Amino acid sequence: MSQNSKDASPDHGNLEHGSTNSRRDFFKNFGLFGAVAAAGGAAIYSGYNYEETKPGANFVRVLTADNRIIEVPKEGFKDIKVDLNQLQKQGREGLKGHRFVMVIDLAKCRNARKCITACQGAHHLRPHEYHINTLVMQESEHTAPYFMPKPCQHCDNPPCVAVCPVDATFKRQDGIVLIDNERCIGCRFCIAACPYSARLFHWEEPLMAEADKGTPYNVELNVPQRKGTISKCLFSSDRLREGKLPYCVSACPNGVYYFGDENQDSVTNGTTKETFRLSELLKVNAGYQLMPELGTKPRVYYLPAKNRLFEFKDDKDPVKSI
Amino acid sequence: MASEVNTDFLQDKKLDSIAADILRPVGITQGFVVWMGFLGISLMGCIYAYSIQWDKGLIVTGLRDYTSWGMYIANFVFFVATSLVGMLISSILGLIGFKWVKPIARIAEIIAVAFAAVAGLVIIIDMGHPERLGNVFLYGRIQSPIVWDVTVVITYLTISILLYFLPLIPDLAISKGRMNHTPKWLQNLYEVMSVKWQHTPEQYRLLMKAIRILLILIIPTAFAIHTVTSWLFAVTLRPGWDSTIFGPYFLTGAFVAGSAAVVIVMYFVRSNYKLDKYLTNHHFDMMGKLLVLVSIVYLYFNINEYLVPAYKMKTAEAIHLHDLFVGEYAVMFWSVQLLGLVLPIILLLFSFFRKPFSMLIISIVVLVAAWFKRFLIVVPTQDHPFLPKQYVPQAWMVYQPTVIETAITVGTLLLVLIIITILVKFFPVIPIWEMAEEQHELDHKSQK
Repeated sequence: MSQNSKDASPDHGNLEHGSTNSRRDFFKNFGLFGAVAAAGGAAIYSGYNYEETKPGANFVRVLTADNRIIEVPKEGFKDIKVDLNQLQKQGREGLKGHRFVMVIDLAKCRNARKCITACQGAHHLRPHEYHINTLVMQESEHTAPYFMPKPCQHCDNPPCVAVCPVDATFKRQDGIVLIDNERCIGCRFCIAACPYSARLFHWEEPLMAEADKGTPYNVELNVPQRKGTISKCLFSSDRLREGKLPYCVSACPNGVYYFGDENQDSVTNGTTKETFRLSELLKVNAGYQLMPELGTKPRVYYLPAKNRLFEFKDDKDPVKSI
Repeated sequence: MASEVNTDFLQDKKLDSIAADILRPVGITQGFVVWMGFLGISLMGCIYAYSIQWDKGLIVTGLRDYTSWGMYIANFVFFVATSLVGMLISSILGLIGFKWVKPIARIAEIIAVAFAAVAGLVIIIDMGHPERLGNVFLYGRIQSPIVWDVTVVITYLTISILLYFLPLIPDLAISKGRMNHTPKWLQNLYEVMSVKWQHTPEQYRLLMKAIRILLILIIPTAFAIHTVTSWLFAVTLRPGWDSTIFGPYFLTGAFVAGSAAVVIVMYFVRSNYKLDKYLTNHHFDMMGKLLVLVSIVYLYFNINEYLVPAYKMKTAEAIHLHDLFVGEYAVMFWSVQLLGLVLPIILLLFSFFRKPFSMLIISIVVLVAAWFKRFLIVVPTQDHPFLPKQYVPQAWMVYQPTVIETAITVGTLLLVLIIITILVKFFPVIPIWEMAEEQHELDHKSQK
């Protein structure tokens, strides 16, 4: 077109120009008409909408985060689409700059088992499906028995991660070992490899399989749980992303758990909310790790069960209580 | 094994009689139909059992979080073990130059193919999400022994199939025109499978070369497949599995199970097909001696595996060994060790017991014991994790295989029998051309 207008005589050029102009005008006019039509349509539609959403018609009371009760028109509701890919990506990356660590004070544990129920509630587990379990321990015949909460140790040299054939279980930069049940093939090699018996397998349809249908899978919560795959303690990484303490840590009534960040050298007690220096806490209380001789380098520390201010009573028969 | 093949045997009249003997049982007979019907119908029941497991999940098995590997994995180890005999007989004994293995080599390869093929299936049955098997190839991590295992099992199966098929090609060509008693489709199948074999010396030269390469290749592959299988256990920290001799321990055990399996198939082939001329008492005698040899080597590894930790009695090992020696598994343990290993060694040292029928009985006992031995390796170790088992239902505390689980396991055994039966019944079970060649050579020498 431009080639043509250059070669052509000025007259021709004018003519051509004129015709282009008129075409443009036509579009301009049409555009104007279109805009008017659209505005009119929108007005009619919004009028219709107004009729539909008039006060009192379809309102729902909602409690906001800052504790106000407000009314919101039902039509204004919008489903937040949580993207599986986004959840998977952030779940595998982990939280930058952190090295999460847990300290368990055995001297305070009375086997209230609140940590267990809080955990099972959050992760939709049955009463005998443990991410964390409290065990009755006794080193030898003449030593005092004690209760020992046992979550996943989130080892820095995790045997489970090494043996996984499909990278379904993995170690994140913040020290947490997670399991991706979208990937897991259910070979259970990780169960065989874990010396802490920290993993569970969904032998049957999970507890809330029906209710969780359609929920996008969050690898940091491992919900929905899935039949034929592994589940395990996640250090509540969904809570950590929100800056909160893990479910078990917050639920403990006895101040057993400290949770925090090794990089900041600080841990917070889940019950009292007091914060301590991690290094100091471990030094003063002779902190130790579970079976360090295996070379797994756990991220969970224990404080010995000394100076207990309560009588040891294991009134729950470990086997038949369930 | 000679690299040069003198094709004069093709003109020898002996070839006709040998081919006639070996091809006579080939084809569909009434006995075959009844036997396959029995296997097929039983297999249907087992497939139904698996459909229940597919639907409900592994909850239908006795497996739970503590003992999460059970009968299926024991069965897998048993299958891989038994399949190794193909390598021992055709490859190691063949390459050394033992002539007596020639008529047995194909039987050994049939066992290798059947057990290796079904072993792959067994491991899939054990998976929580069998439909995600592809993930192993899509996301496989090189540091996981399962990835190594999948790789070597596939390689071993491929080489075993080739080692079965390649020496079969000349036989298929020889069979042409000698198969009038068999159905037409089988003759057509032979025609296709014999890939226009012309019996030229050049073809034989290439064939021998290919077989020789495969026979050498299969040695490291077979070592790898069972060593890696043992590493599925040995790479963990658990007492009872945390052992440095697991590789050779498994390997030598494999030869015991495999040799017994070969004897059993040999016996039925000989008695059902009237092949006494080819599978002679001498062959059973030699297999008996082989079984004694591999059993003694295996016994040596057993002593190492149990005596050394038993001397030290480290806490965790002690609990495990106590369970085996005098505890829950004592009856099974001592039956397996004494009836399945020590007694056969003693009996087979006497030539009286190296006769076909007594060999059959001894081999059946050895093979059954070999299965339970794998069970004893896999299960008791998981009964005693480092930390106590508490606050779990009773089913979590003890592993009790269920009916469904057993039926599925039986199904895999039936599948092995079906594969063996088909290969034994539809194809020459003894290498015709190798027998004819050997006969021709012998005659030639005596004429000189």
